Amino acid sequence: MLRLEEVKIRQGDWQLAADLSLAPGARMAVLGPSGAGKSTLLGAVAGFVPLAAGRILWEGRDLAPLEPGARPLSILFQDQNLFAHLSVAQNLGLGISPALRLTRADHARIDRALERVGLAGMGARKPHALSGGQQGRVALARALLRARPMLLLDEPFAALGPALKSEMLDLVAEIAAESGSLVLLVTHDPADALRFAPHALVVAEGRTQGPFDTAPLLADPPPALAAYLGRGG
Amino acid sequence: MAGGLRRLSAGLPAGLAAGALALLVLGTLGAVARQAGGFGGLRGSDLGALRFTLMQAGASALISVALAVPLARAIARRRWPGRQAFVTALGAPFLMPVIVAVMALIAVFGRSGALNRGLDALGLPTLSIYGPQGVVLAHVFLNLPFAARMILQGWATIPAERIRLARSLGFGPAEIARHLERPMLRAVLPGAVLAVFLVCLTSFAVAMTLGGGPRATTLELAIYQAFRFDFDPGRAASLGLLQVALCLAALAAAARVARPEPLGAGLEQGRALPAPGGWRRLGDGLAIALATLFLLAPLAAVTARGLAGLADLPPGIWPAAARSLWVAVGSGVLTLVLALPLALGVARGGRGLELAGMLPLVASPLVLGTGLFLLLRPLAAPADLALPVTLAVNAALSVPFALRILIPPARQLRDDYGRLAAALDLRGLARLRLLVLPRLARPLGFAGGVAAAFSMGDLGVIALFAAPDRATLPFYLYGLMGSYRLDAAAAAATLLVALTFALFWAFDQGGRRASA
Amino acid sequence: MKTPLMLAGLLIATSAVADETPVFTVYAPDYFASDWGPGPAIEAGFEKTCGCDLRFVTGDLLPRLMLEGATTEADAVIGLNTDVTARARATGLFAPHGQDTSALTLPIAWSDDIFLPFNWGETAFVYDETRLANPPKSFAELLEAPDDLKIVIQDPRSSISGLALLLWVKAVYGDEAPAAWAKLAPKVLTVTKGWSESYGLFSEGEADMVMSYTTSPAYHIIAEGDTTKHAAIFPEGHYFMTELAARIATSDQPELGQAFMAYIMSDDFQGMIATANWSYPARFTPESLPEGFRTLPRPARTLFYSETEAEALRRPALDEWLAAFGG
Repeated sequence: MLRLEEVKIRQGDWQLAADLSLAPGARMAVLGPSGAGKSTLLGAVAGFVPLAAGRILWEGRDLAPLEPGARPLSILFQDQNLFAHLSVAQNLGLGISPALRLTRADHARIDRALERVGLAGMGARKPHALSGGQQGRVALARALLRARPMLLLDEPFAALGPALKSEMLDLVAEIAAESGSLVLLVTHDPADALRFAPHALVVAEGRTQGPFDTAPLLADPPPALAAYLGRGG
Repeated sequence: MAGGLRRLSAGLPAGLAAGALALLVLGTLGAVARQAGGFGGLRGSDLGALRFTLMQAGASALISVALAVPLARAIARRRWPGRQAFVTALGAPFLMPVIVAVMALIAVFGRSGALNRGLDALGLPTLSIYGPQGVVLAHVFLNLPFAARMILQGWATIPAERIRLARSLGFGPAEIARHLERPMLRAVLPGAVLAVFLVCLTSFAVAMTLGGGPRATTLELAIYQAFRFDFDPGRAASLGLLQVALCLAALAAAARVARPEPLGAGLEQGRALPAPGGWRRLGDGLAIALATLFLLAPLAAVTARGLAGLADLPPGIWPAAARSLWVAVGSGVLTLVLALPLALGVARGGRGLELAGMLPLVASPLVLGTGLFLLLRPLAAPADLALPVTLAVNAALSVPFALRILIPPARQLRDDYGRLAAALDLRGLARLRLLVLPRLARPLGFAGGVAAAFSMGDLGVIALFAAPDRATLPFYLYGLMGSYRLDAAAAAATLLVALTFALFWAFDQGGRRASA
Repeated sequence: MKTPLMLAGLLIATSAVADETPVFTVYAPDYFASDWGPGPAIEAGFEKTCGCDLRFVTGDLLPRLMLEGATTEADAVIGLNTDVTARARATGLFAPHGQDTSALTLPIAWSDDIFLPFNWGETAFVYDETRLANPPKSFAELLEAPDDLKIVIQDPRSSISGLALLLWVKAVYGDEAPAAWAKLAPKVLTVTKGWSESYGLFSEGEADMVMSYTTSPAYHIIAEGDTTKHAAIFPEGHYFMTELAARIATSDQPELGQAFMAYIMSDDFQGMIATANWSYPARFTPESLPEGFRTLPRPARTLFYSETEAEALRRPALDEWLAAFGG
């Protein structure tokens, strides 16, 4: 279980509070207006944003002493998810051994992961030789190899077309189901949320609320979310 | 706890490097002061030296940077065959040993140089290179290329996205200057002025040869006088301290003026500014042509002067050249070992590290040499330490330049990949091997080349350590000059320039090859 | 199998030799060590008779000695200049040379029992007759020459010849030295750190005359066959410069030190100094000089300040000099 215990994040005048518990294996959309702090919330869980107060716990264990890379999670950013100078296989290998000390068995796992995301045989390529969607798949394949119990997605597919994005989200759903990961997906698109996430958090007006069931939430949104969704209430 | 330890270990190499540099600069000062029984009082003439030093360094810095801006802009927005070679050759004066650079300038701007002979033939009044104007001219000659390189780097960091935006909004050159270039220059210029100012602060040989007389007395000469004429090492230490204080004041001033703006992660290669036509095209062409003439003509003159004597060089020069080469290579590598952790640390936000890294720039070679002698003599025979000390001191003195080259790309690296590397737990040696070295190979090669070139041309702070069979090439060249063998000295200068550029080229190419 | 054995034998042999041969350490200026300097010849010559291993340690001579004090490893020094003898003597580091100075052929009387001269010359302005057809014939003429006659000189704060020029002007003009400098200053093209830079500028045609030595033309005559370079000889006199050797009192090899002083006075040493140093040997006969030196014009007067006079004069003379240049 991921527990955010009276968490407060402060950046100058801006502030965000969160106090909630999320079950393992849940798929959760994070909704809210631009600038409300959705990415910041993920950043706090991942260890990039310091807490002003409160604790973040995973299975009862405080994450504070853990560096980002040591936390029980994988995160995909909006961009810069791959090292441009490393090959696809090396980028994946970092998910197994950050020092890239890879055994034969590890290489076999990398090949299988590539196959799993539909990129079989592309391990030797550099990221710039791949399309945007393929780059996203590589990042997902690495998350698959890391096999952490949480997966944080900070709009990594925002630049993709609708069809491609749906395809990627389906892939995320499959992978998450296989590994039983808790997924937090930041998105601007209610359709994505409906399609992918049975549950949703709302980040607005300095607070984090939820989890809610996604469908009723979107059908009858609270005022802050409604304004953002363009359904002035 | 674990996190704290890990952060500490990431900062450890940077802390060690900063500590070593601060110890070298301040420790040698302290050793000299201790030997003298304390810091001595200054004389009235020292204030005159301070005034002249500040004025010439200030004028040299402002003029160098003012000329470097149009040059860098012309290079940034024009494309022509051989542009890359031009940018490389542009660096030549900066890499040239000072002793050779002065010879080169005199060959063109001297009383019997090419320029004045031409003016004379046309019946025009001749110009004198001797006097404060000569000191500034020489400093501009030496530092304009470095300033232009630094500013050019600024142009390269304007994100392609922003250039694209500017084009889509139909910006003309004036709007581009206002919205893109000026903010960038505001961030880059203070650092460039600072760097050139600090380099000129400790100028000695240039200021003396071209200064025209004792009015051109710099602080470094005052230190020399305190040591050698007045036998007053306490005053020398005080003057050394004054130089360090000037460095700190200049750094503080530059930090107040500079507003480093976050540079967006540029994803795309080959960002090119629009190249406007009309008079701007003419202006850019003129800037490039004049710079070529100003920077490369003296180089050509001094190289040509020495060509004839190359065959008659005394055989002793080859061992000296070999010693210089290996000291230079070692010094280049050691510079990177010191500067890379510092640059990464500065990118993480360590201002104190930058301070320590800039300190060697104002260390008086004479104080440094004397202090090291006092500190090391109890440990080993000075003659045995001649080459290691030369190597280490040359490396330390090159760190400030390496830092100026490495800090911007180190910041960029952190902006681009800092989070991702942290998320994947990529740290320590693995981070160095898989991320830092491949991504920074190009600036590392460039910085290493600059450091090696400096070491090649350095006359050494080590007169106290010297041993007969340890002479380096510049030392040997100076010996030839000191014994009437001026043709051989000219040939040695040509050899020195050739080896210096070859070494720089090798480092620079190595960086390019290794660059991912 | 043989090679390691031979190597071992060699090692034993050399270490045995190293044990027996005493090392005799001599501090000297940089120029001694160069291929063309006097160092290699002195080393070979002295080692023939001393049964020792002479090692030169080159670099800043006196500053180094003063930093090291009594813990110095030097047994002797060679190449000290007269401008520092007062200070060097005050350190108490030196022992008497024990040589008979009446055998010296200096243009001045020398009776110092600590510092032994081994070469000498005089200050002079050197010119090229192809570029300066009518050189000044006296110091007075030089002062009155038009200001477009350009000379290069050395800075007395960083150069021994620069200091010698300061004392030269003082010896010729005494209290009138400031006025003399005021006339000279506009003719000074630039003031360099050392002699090398000045002579380089002169050779490249930047200046008409260079502050150098009466013996400078000998190099051009002997090494280049060039007879166009001359030292302008002034009836007012020229300032004497000499280089000195001395024994270190704390040396544990005083006999070798004595032998070295005697070697300096030998024909062997004195015979090679002229063309190794481009200066007069401290002890010579007209016949023992190389041809190019014999024909050099000699000044009628040689000027010299004793070390106490020079020590008292240097500071005020420097201030006068600085004032003349407005520095």
